[in-house]
Amino acid sequence: MAIDPAIIGSRTAEHTVVVERGRLRFFAHATGQADPVYCDPDAAKQAGHRDLPVPPTFLFCLDMERPNPGAFYRDLGIDIRTILHGGQAFTYHAMAYAGDRLDFATRVTDVYAKKGGALEFIVRTTDVTRDGEPIAELVTTTVVRQIAADPTTKEASS
Amino acid sequence: MIVGETHGLAAPRITRSTLALYAGASGDHNPVHIDTDACRAVGIPDVFAHGMLSMAYLGRLLTDWVPQERIRAYDVRFTAITPVNDTPVCTGTVTRIQGDCAHLDLKVALPDGTVTLTGSAVIALG
Repeated sequence: MAIDPAIIGSRTAEHTVVVERGRLRFFAHATGQADPVYCDPDAAKQAGHRDLPVPPTFLFCLDMERPNPGAFYRDLGIDIRTILHGGQAFTYHAMAYAGDRLDFATRVTDVYAKKGGALEFIVRTTDVTRDGEPIAELVTTTVVRQIAADPTTKEASS
Repeated sequence: MIVGETHGLAAPRITRSTLALYAGASGDHNPVHIDTDACRAVGIPDVFAHGMLSMAYLGRLLTDWVPQERIRAYDVRFTAITPVNDTPVCTGTVTRIQGDCAHLDLKVALPDGTVTLTGSAVIALG
């Protein structure tokens, strides 16, 4: 299946996420983060933060909190078991913290193929803002592999 | 920070439990990371780690090294899959100082030498 380059410039519906302390603690646990700054609000405050900081890669996770995170691929006819994460870039403008309300705006910025179309690439750029103030820019490259999905097996994920 | 300064971080062995926890904490529920049956149905022999889990370990390397607010940019390319039960090792090296920023090369490799991730970071000097 060839991904139509006409999707370049298309936008995903914007969404807003309130950063939760509990999720940040869970993420710290799941990534082996033992630094109390990332799980104890008092330690965070002693280190000069106003609450638990959002760690460097967690903005990517918050972006997946949008309703129907798999819909982008489903609408393109892509089985998410055939995708790989090809690259991820973050540019940081300001720290974000638990309790912040963050806005995510995503657009498709490139589509290309390699290996005669056996690998297709979708690049998306996401601007994260807080009350209009820039927090970060994310650039996400997804690789779509041409492996045959068995249509009789149901995807386990949304 | 000085050119040539290197820091490392040895991640724990990435078990199926690690992947289940990371799936929940990250919100990335793609079955290729947690469901062997769903993998086999499309010809993938077993679950493999989320690339972003390795990027999170490298992020820990950075925040163990400098206060997070000094990280200006952080980007990676995922170059190979990390199989379940493997043990990635992260390294970061200062390659140049330019203006008021240090530029770092980043890498994650498996014990057999496979490089799973390469990247870079820009850190504001304190």
